[in-house]
Amino acid sequence: MNVATLRRIAFAVFRESVRDRVPYSLVGFALLVMGASYLIGQVTAGQDVKIIKDLGLAAMSIFGLFIAVFIGIGLVSKELERRSIYSLIAKPVRRSELILGKYAGLVFTIAVNVAVMTAVWYLVLGYMSWMETEAFKQSWEAPATDPRMLVAVYLIVIQLMLVIAIALFFSTFAEPLWAAVFTLALYVAGHFSADLKHFEVVVGDSPLRFITTGLYYLLPNMAMFDVKNAVVHAQPVPPAYVGVATAYGACYIVALVAAAVWIFGRRDFK
Amino acid sequence: MSAAIETDELTKDYKVGFWRPRPYRALDRLTLAVEPGEVFGFLGPNGAGKTTTLKLLMQLVFPTSGRAAILGQPVGDLEVRRRIGYLPENPYFYDNLTAEEVLTYFASLFGYAPADCRARAGRLLDEVGLGAERRLQLRKYSKGMIQRVGIAQALINDPDVIFLDEPMSGLDPLGRRDVRALILKLRDRGTTIFFSSHILSDAESLCSRVAIVAGGRLATVGRLQDMAGVEIRGWEIVMTGVPASLLATLDNRGIRATSVAEGRYTFELPAGARPEPFVAELSASGAALLSVSPLHTTLEEVFVQQVAKAGSARPGAL
Repeated sequence: MNVATLRRIAFAVFRESVRDRVPYSLVGFALLVMGASYLIGQVTAGQDVKIIKDLGLAAMSIFGLFIAVFIGIGLVSKELERRSIYSLIAKPVRRSELILGKYAGLVFTIAVNVAVMTAVWYLVLGYMSWMETEAFKQSWEAPATDPRMLVAVYLIVIQLMLVIAIALFFSTFAEPLWAAVFTLALYVAGHFSADLKHFEVVVGDSPLRFITTGLYYLLPNMAMFDVKNAVVHAQPVPPAYVGVATAYGACYIVALVAAAVWIFGRRDFK
Repeated sequence: MSAAIETDELTKDYKVGFWRPRPYRALDRLTLAVEPGEVFGFLGPNGAGKTTTLKLLMQLVFPTSGRAAILGQPVGDLEVRRRIGYLPENPYFYDNLTAEEVLTYFASLFGYAPADCRARAGRLLDEVGLGAERRLQLRKYSKGMIQRVGIAQALINDPDVIFLDEPMSGLDPLGRRDVRALILKLRDRGTTIFFSSHILSDAESLCSRVAIVAGGRLATVGRLQDMAGVEIRGWEIVMTGVPASLLATLDNRGIRATSVAEGRYTFELPAGARPEPFVAELSASGAALLSVSPLHTTLEEVFVQQVAKAGSARPGAL
């Protein structure tokens, strides 16, 4: 594995992605939503900061998701469909380096996108805090620019890294449209995987229990990365929880990227 | 010296059909060798197995059986890839990158220093006639311009062996002339060139040897002059100002005369007849000579014969 090659592939992915119109429009839209949330805050007595915190994190999550899915599936399946990968494969690059470099490039793109959104979000919150009187600020559960909210942002990034790995995995063998559908389906199902655990209580000892239990362990638990409510309401998120969520995400990511490398390394590019 | 490119019984089957996949042989036991420094034409009708062969050599697909080697090493060896270039059929690159960025990126994958990458990209873009458009994003390029970028990226590492899949595709006559000149320049440098095409005039003007594939099988391989052009099967003479009285007598002598335009006539002399006495006779009657050309068996005729002999122009189901 050549690290310099990975870096070059990752940088090319980053450069291509940031010039793509999708992230521009999504980031623009995210900023628009944050602006709108500020306006809503103006007409919502006392709850404006909380609303902006909520909407900001939700917007980061949703728009990050769309960037991760639509650029993520393009990493391999669109390259195969357009055959742009042919020239690349003929260069002195291992197929595994291609997959890992592309994954790293999109993770970097997402990280930069989320960083920009976070900066804008904190600026809006800072501005609001600056506009309020000290007496009014006393009624807030936490300061507007509470740095503890970065924990939620961090876990959003981990979740998006997982989504990219899912998109990458599906794009190594599925058409772009199907890869997008499968990734979004897994993301949505992953938010309800905890319900599968409760379902086994409902179904008792029937064979369905094995299926639901199997699905529970197979599907990534996306809800694990969602601590938005806690940080908005100034509830502490224990470092141990963040550590476990990170390790859980890392395990899934490693498994999915390894599977993507395995499939990509063996497939024919017809 | 070992062959630059070698295949031995190279075979590729694909699975076709969704519900009941069945094998389909795209390439059937291809064995050939290309010597270093050759311009080797790989010809065949659409669907003959040309692109499959190139994909096998680039390890874009894996063989069902048989083996292939480039520069004496198995295909896919990273050291081999450092020494080869590849232009895929109808290449496509990244829409939002400029030609200069794409070439610099590809050069960087060979491990060249950044300044060297930029220098190589600039030199090659000038060479393929895109120097002025180097900072334009590729989504603004025409098909012919993309083809030129494709050719440039295939040359980014000064390859010892270059594989060109339909290199003239999408090019206008000027572009085709430029690519022909580029191929001849590479040949003079000692580069081995393997190019697939279904445009026979390109092969005729460039190749030292050709292979013809049809139905996934090798129909023939050999030197161009052995296949076509050795035997003269007549002469074509173009003259003007030929008297009508003389024209009337030619048919009885087995000479076919065809009126071209503006008083010009083409005469076809049968094999064995010499053109000099005929030209002298017509010149004495006041006609003027415009051209004399020998009639050879063309590569096209060889191609049609070989494809017909192969039985089918399409690869078959197993």
